[in-house]
Amino acid sequence: MTSPLQRKLKISGPTAITANRLADGVVVWLTSGGAWSMAIAEAAIATTGEEVQRLLTLAHGDENTAVGAYAARVEVTAEGRAAPANLRERIRVNGPTIAPAA
Amino acid sequence: MYVYDAFDRTFLQERVAEFRDQVARRLSGELNEEEFKPLRLMNGVYLQLHAYMLRVCIPYGTLNATQLRALARVARRYDRDYGHFTTRQNIQFNWIKLAELPDAMADLAEVGIHGIQTSGNCIRNTTTDAFAGAARDEIEDPRLYAEIIRQWSTLHPEFTYLPRKFKIAISAARHDRAATRVHDVGLRLHRRDGETGFEVMVGGGLGRTPYIGKTIRDFLPKEDLLSYLEAIVRTYNLGGRRDNIYKARIKIQVHELGAEAFAEKVEAEWRQIKDGALKLDQAALDTIADRFLTPDFEALPDDPAELATALANPAFARWHANSVVPHKVGGHAIVTLSLKPVGGPPGDCTADQMDTIADLAERYGYGEVRVAHEQNLVLPHVRQKDLPAVWRALDAIGVATPNVGLVTDIISCPGLDYCSLANTRSIPIAQKLTQRFADDARIADIGRLHVNISGCINACGHHHIGHIGILGVEKKDEEFFQISLGGKGNSKARLGELIGPAIPESEIVDAVERLVDTYLELRASPAETFIAAVERLGIEPFKERAYAPR
Ligand code: SF4
Repeated sequence: MTSPLQRKLKISGPTAITANRLADGVVVWLTSGGAWSMAIAEAAIATTGEEVQRLLTLAHGDENTAVGAYAARVEVTAEGRAAPANLRERIRVNGPTIAPAA
Repeated sequence: MYVYDAFDRTFLQERVAEFRDQVARRLSGELNEEEFKPLRLMNGVYLQLHAYMLRVCIPYGTLNATQLRALARVARRYDRDYGHFTTRQNIQFNWIKLAELPDAMADLAEVGIHGIQTSGNCIRNTTTDAFAGAARDEIEDPRLYAEIIRQWSTLHPEFTYLPRKFKIAISAARHDRAATRVHDVGLRLHRRDGETGFEVMVGGGLGRTPYIGKTIRDFLPKEDLLSYLEAIVRTYNLGGRRDNIYKARIKIQVHELGAEAFAEKVEAEWRQIKDGALKLDQAALDTIADRFLTPDFEALPDDPAELATALANPAFARWHANSVVPHKVGGHAIVTLSLKPVGGPPGDCTADQMDTIADLAERYGYGEVRVAHEQNLVLPHVRQKDLPAVWRALDAIGVATPNVGLVTDIISCPGLDYCSLANTRSIPIAQKLTQRFADDARIADIGRLHVNISGCINACGHHHIGHIGILGVEKKDEEFFQISLGGKGNSKARLGELIGPAIPESEIVDAVERLVDTYLELRASPAETFIAAVERLGIEPFKERAYAPR
């Protein structure tokens, strides 16, 4: 069986590392400086398996700040920033697509 | 209402203090995530897509007004002013911060509620009929037995690490309103030769591999309830699979062994313990029954003048015909509060709505509120003469939509808007369907029709037992939905049949409408319900019409 880590390394394009902040669960993204940002646009974008592995190791070493880190495929904007590449990440970034109870 | 004793209260306070310490140790880094996660789950705390979610257990769906106000307070203080009622008669808060969770739990513990047994591989809280203690077709109040099971199962040392979660449901009425046939164990109280006892069903469940429960005992004397349950859970704990999470539920064990062989194992175990400490004598039953406060109902005439006058108002009459059912005590009624407004997320309830409902329960309903597994609330004991006033008050806060049991009373899981396991969203599909079928007269004409939506194969929206079941599947980052037809969760439970390939999100509402139109066209008479028409005609005529001409 492939370990989850190995599976994550098979990347299919630009990838960023995301997790939930320990204190409140807020979605955060790993920046190139190794900090966590709430803005996906500040996420470090990795394009090779090795780079993803390096960032993931960094993220997993910081489990007291953010938990459940994983590699997420991202799109790269014209300005070279990361943006969500699928519905799940869009919802994580923008919040539920529904208004709560009136 | 069951009144907790000093033992229960102390236990809850100690549990909150323990969790407060665990959270502090996690936040300081003394506990790592691997150590902390099982501890938070044992208290009903999940980490979802955007935040921590606290699932609060509402034992057998029964709340008093004070407890409902406490839920409102938690929604207001620690969350975003609302909560979400679930198909297991629980409530979930979606936005609580880890550091504030112990305070929220302390507030809940003050009124005797908590998140224990809402998560993890233990015996979860027992669910039952939302009309318990009020229904005319009831043989006995099932909550007595649900409470006995709660006391036996809470922190049961042998059953804290089962192969997988374990869910029990009880029905004690002629109509099964607790979906007992799709639970790990379903119990149906019935009478035989003047005695009451339980039909015991095992191995039901939905999810990835759905099964209808098999009866392994037609009649179990009440005094043997706990010993028999213990024998079942022990048989499962010892023989259930732990090698594969998808095969770990009791339904797989029952299926692989065969119901008869499984029953033999249970009976063999049971013979050894049936006359032991778990035997329920009448004194034990009486002690627990005494702790249930039954309202002091006034005997009143049915159909009072106030009601007759109000029925002249068509809007009231429509709500009354839809949301009110007779009570076992004359002059009273059971009122279902629809948490399915047009365009609203099914099962959501705001803090303000909770407060008003608590006030109404106190003023008109002997202080009692129930959570129905259909994600609605119930005022179980309302005097018929008060129905017009209750309706006006409920209508003012948006919980009197006359759609109970109809096409827009949709059961929906949270789906991808909240849930980290989801493939697709569920709530927006429900919202669009309620908008498409917004006309009260039209849905009344369509009649009884259950639509259930799940955002993934885990089936929290019970799509297999929807008359129309909708399951979200993801294909290349796009949302698609499979439709099944003909499922039902009552005493004649049946799993729905898939009608064909998955349909893109943009077409699902049209497809459902075509199914409904097909029914309207083909029904033998307006008295033939959707499910009866599907059973008579089979799924073929529906299947042909569900897919848009391309
Ligand atoms: S059915 Fe799937 S998507 Fe829906 S709540 Fe359950 S796990 Fe989440």
